[in-house]
Amino acid sequence: MSAHDHAQNDHGHANHGHGHDDHHDAGAHGSMGSYMIGFGLSVLLTAIPFWLVMTGYFANPQTTAIIIMAFAIVQIVVHMIYFLHMNTRSEGGWSMMALIFTLVLVVITLSGSTWVMYHLNHNMMPTMSHDMSQMP
Amino acid sequence: MSPSPASENSGIWKLIFGRLDWSSLPLHEPIVVGTFIMVMLGGLVVVAGITKYKLWGMLWRDWFTTVDHKRIGIMYMILGLIMFVRGFADAVMMRLQQAMAFNGSEGYLNAHHYDQIFTAHGVIMIFFVAMPMITGIMNYIVPLQIGARDVSFPFLNNFSFWMTTAGAVIVMMSLFVGEFARTGWLAYPPLSGIAYSPGVGVDYYIWGLQIAGIGTLLSGVNLIATIVKMRAPGMNMMKLPVFTWTSLCANILIVAAFPVLTAVLALLSLDRYVGTAFFTNDMGGNPMMYVNLIWIWGHPEVYILILPLFGVFSEVTSTFSNKRLFGYSSMVYATVVIAILSYLVWLHHFFTMGSGASVNSFFGITTMVISIPTGAKLFNWLFTMYRGRIRFDLPMMWTVAFMLTFTVGGMTGVLLAVPPADFVLHNSLFLIAHFHNVIIGGVLFGLFAAINYWWPKAFGFTLDTKWGKRSFWLWVVGFWFAFMPLYILGLMGVTRRMRVFDDPSLQIWFQIAAFGALMIAAGIACMFVQFAVSIINREKLRDTTGDPWNGRTLEWATSSPPPDYNFAFTPVIHDNDAWADMKKRGYQRPLTGYEAIHMPSNTGTGIIIAGLSIAFSVGMIWYIWWLAGLSFVGILAVAIGHTFNYKRDFYIPKDVVERTEGERTALLATQG
Repeated sequence: MSAHDHAQNDHGHANHGHGHDDHHDAGAHGSMGSYMIGFGLSVLLTAIPFWLVMTGYFANPQTTAIIIMAFAIVQIVVHMIYFLHMNTRSEGGWSMMALIFTLVLVVITLSGSTWVMYHLNHNMMPTMSHDMSQMP
Repeated sequence: MSPSPASENSGIWKLIFGRLDWSSLPLHEPIVVGTFIMVMLGGLVVVAGITKYKLWGMLWRDWFTTVDHKRIGIMYMILGLIMFVRGFADAVMMRLQQAMAFNGSEGYLNAHHYDQIFTAHGVIMIFFVAMPMITGIMNYIVPLQIGARDVSFPFLNNFSFWMTTAGAVIVMMSLFVGEFARTGWLAYPPLSGIAYSPGVGVDYYIWGLQIAGIGTLLSGVNLIATIVKMRAPGMNMMKLPVFTWTSLCANILIVAAFPVLTAVLALLSLDRYVGTAFFTNDMGGNPMMYVNLIWIWGHPEVYILILPLFGVFSEVTSTFSNKRLFGYSSMVYATVVIAILSYLVWLHHFFTMGSGASVNSFFGITTMVISIPTGAKLFNWLFTMYRGRIRFDLPMMWTVAFMLTFTVGGMTGVLLAVPPADFVLHNSLFLIAHFHNVIIGGVLFGLFAAINYWWPKAFGFTLDTKWGKRSFWLWVVGFWFAFMPLYILGLMGVTRRMRVFDDPSLQIWFQIAAFGALMIAAGIACMFVQFAVSIINREKLRDTTGDPWNGRTLEWATSSPPPDYNFAFTPVIHDNDAWADMKKRGYQRPLTGYEAIHMPSNTGTGIIIAGLSIAFSVGMIWYIWWLAGLSFVGILAVAIGHTFNYKRDFYIPKDVVERTEGERTALLATQG
């Protein structure tokens, strides 16, 4: 952990007298076991989508796409828990707060953009010749 | 200027200089050539002066390489002021052109030049005036207000500043080499695509903003970490000074919004450089997606600008009313609510693009909702003043001017938020008047309040009142003269970005607006005179107490200017308005028991990487691929090299601290 100690030193001046180090609980860096679980889960969550695509298990490609997306989301959660050590207590709850805030913004941005662009596309982008004939 | 023969047929020229050749210099524009000569002469005088008085070493050691948040804050302010002069020069040129170009006259600016000017004005005023100035104020004040000795990542702070400066340098370069974008300040495609803007203008725009954006984003991360992690003991979140709270929200918005700008500009770059079709007219591209994405950044951006100034007004109002801020917690919640709501309103910038009634009404309503917490803030300030013993010093004068001006701007904003009204008013001068009303009345007046309020903290002497008042009245009256005619013109249907007009009856309004712009010019001149006069008379204006306004927050607890380490002992906080509380309880400055203080060391890495980033951008803009490649490798090498620099910290020895604090004790004793 020498690199970590050094990083502490770099801005250690700033934390002088602020009791910064007290917040580090020993479990914050994970154990061999938790890393192995995380690694195993990531491999599994990667291998299954590959297998689905390569064997063409579902006839409908849309089903495959949806399942792959679901696996991707689970994968993100696995990374956050086992590799980024996120839980409700880390950094005094600030990580969880930041995560929730990020999620809110991402949801607003993605769903909002989809909604807006769907309407714009529908109203303003007549792509088929049939639509063009309807234009004033 | 015809291109030199070498540029026309020699492949070797292209290999070395890309698309840069003699015709890239705007020698056919007498105004630009004149400006260039003036800037060069001015630059030469400055460089000669620095060399003559042998100041280069001092500048490099004490300023360019510094990691002290206070010096970096001051450098941000200087950058902002310099760019403000450039941006304002653009504004005056536009006002003159529009006042002249009637009755068949073409004015004095051709279309090519005029289009660059209105684009540069917007880009510079937002990215290189407002952003550096608010970052400068936050950088200087936030660590002092929370009782910290520096920001969380001092080197990153220096690096952020130089990246912002590098962006400004790139934009300024476009004035003299090549051209700037002619697209308006948000560079909407397809106009900004390679098909319609094949020149270097949009590339200057993209790289200037991308480089500066790195600086802004990193400084956002830095200040969030500082506020969350480095508060003095006892200062929980609900005891944070309001300015620190609003800064925190503004920086969270920066961290959340700027990546969107980076991504959308990166997509535009891909369209321009490698021929993708994200925002093109054909090949399945959709320019409306660009408009959607850039406003997801753009709307939070305006709240990034105004929120810290709301904090400034809160501090000023409570200090100069000698009262606690009315409704502290409602102020905090209003700030947080505004920060979140600012993400839900972006579509009101393009009601007329065709998203239909359901979408438009949703975004119209959210936009109107945002005026509720803003109104709550205004009432809080009014109630703070109510029955207070108000001192009308300059910061308070600016605050009152803000309240009056900003309220009008806010009301025209609500008007624009009604989609049917927006169909009439969008893209008109009414809109221009509205956002200048809130940005000048809110952001600029706030910055002037902040400069007048905190100047004595930064330099140890107050600002001259006589010239300050002249500047104030010229500015405020000039503002109303310059923008009220635009409201009227907008209601009459005049669109923005026009260069010549046919209807002679409109001319008088443009002449009134031009008169207002000249008054503002006089106000700016008075402000610079105010700085000069104050510096000359600094002994007379000297503040030895460190607390000239009877302040309430921690920055006034230390000396003016604060020592490098800010506080010899980290203060312990028991109440809101920590310094007012300490004064009330008869706080005694400790006079013994000093210890050596651990501080970060200066480093030149930030300025070197920023310099290489300019070289990289020049390479990308002019297609000088070897330069871009080499400087990119250089950036990586310097950045990796910096990780091996272990000489990052030092101790200010105990006797130095003792001497510094002893001098302050002696000075305070003379106060009696």
